Amino acid sequence: MTYSYFPGCTLKNKATDLDHYARISAEALGFTLEEIPEWQCCGGVYPMAQDEIVTRLSSVRALKAAEDRNQNLVTLCSACHNVIKQVNNDMQTNEYISSHVNNYLGKEETYHGNVQVLHYLEVLRDEVGFDELAKKVVNPLKGKKIGAYYGCLLLRPSRVLQMDNPENPQIMEDFICAIGAEPVIYAQRNECCGGYLTMEDKSIPERRAAAIKQNALDSGADMLITACPLCLYNLTRNGGEAVPVKYFTELLAEALGLKEGE
Amino acid sequence: MAGSVTREDLEAMSGVNVLKCMRCGKCSATCPSYENMEYHPHEFVYMVERGEIDKLLASKSIYTCLSCFACVDRCPRQVEPAVLIEAVRNAAERRQSGNHMAENDVPKIYDLDPDLPQQAIVSGFRKYRK
Repeated sequence: MTYSYFPGCTLKNKATDLDHYARISAEALGFTLEEIPEWQCCGGVYPMAQDEIVTRLSSVRALKAAEDRNQNLVTLCSACHNVIKQVNNDMQTNEYISSHVNNYLGKEETYHGNVQVLHYLEVLRDEVGFDELAKKVVNPLKGKKIGAYYGCLLLRPSRVLQMDNPENPQIMEDFICAIGAEPVIYAQRNECCGGYLTMEDKSIPERRAAAIKQNALDSGADMLITACPLCLYNLTRNGGEAVPVKYFTELLAEALGLKEGE
Repeated sequence: MAGSVTREDLEAMSGVNVLKCMRCGKCSATCPSYENMEYHPHEFVYMVERGEIDKLLASKSIYTCLSCFACVDRCPRQVEPAVLIEAVRNAAERRQSGNHMAENDVPKIYDLDPDLPQQAIVSGFRKYRK
């Protein structure tokens, strides 16, 4: 299976590991990520106002590029996923936004939300299957106690994202089981890391990260995994070094035996 | 202040119906930025209802909402306080000289912290300026 792929700004810069390990693992699991040409940054945050049209255009252009290739669109960064999936929902359900965006694009063909937006984790769960993934693991991460850090953008708003139960998610825990490790459930796994406020006031992400990591540590985790570069940054910079934070794709590549010899 | 912002403006921009709120306070109870806010999510809802909008427009609280959607998902009445807070922020930033962060601030922030992911910078730009 081949998917259109939207890597996003950070995966081309500070989060190249998140991108690289996802691509090589995809090939090993039998699917291909085809980067859409000339994609533009999603903006990082979903524009919530009904009358924000221009800030939705980059997402719609990416969706339209995928539709032109008859492919669904895969995202990896939690923020890209959140923005593009919510904008796609607007194009399906909000006549005001959809008509204004389509006027703005000025194309003969319009876009009405026909592409399905899938997070890489959803591809693993729904297309590959965690059972099949487990069969391809050559280097199970036995004995590792891993806490899934969902943060905010992967699951919410759940009515639109429909990825998992927003209060008791299990997709990342099932992933952790599939690569042979032991998932650790902790209360703060779906609470925000402090996000972009790090641009203005570091004290908020500092406090959030400390609370998240302490909770994970108290629950027995010796590592956290995330899909979000900003979560990784905020959690790595703050809250001590007792609990390292990694991208889930790095552990995936390790379990598939793709990390050695690099 | 030229062109005051009305409750109707904010309801149109956000799509939020403030009358749906039953004042349970769950939004503020679950807010990860609670301690950093002068006005909390539930207060945004009733202050917009009462038309006390100038206070909100002038408050730093509009820049401390993380847009984590916790209040949106956990509101038992689907009021979506974060969407209303974003409308107030948009209204403040759309005014002349209303930007909260200047372009020239970003290189300084980045110089201090070269590990900062691009995602933080673009998100900051979207949230702090028009």
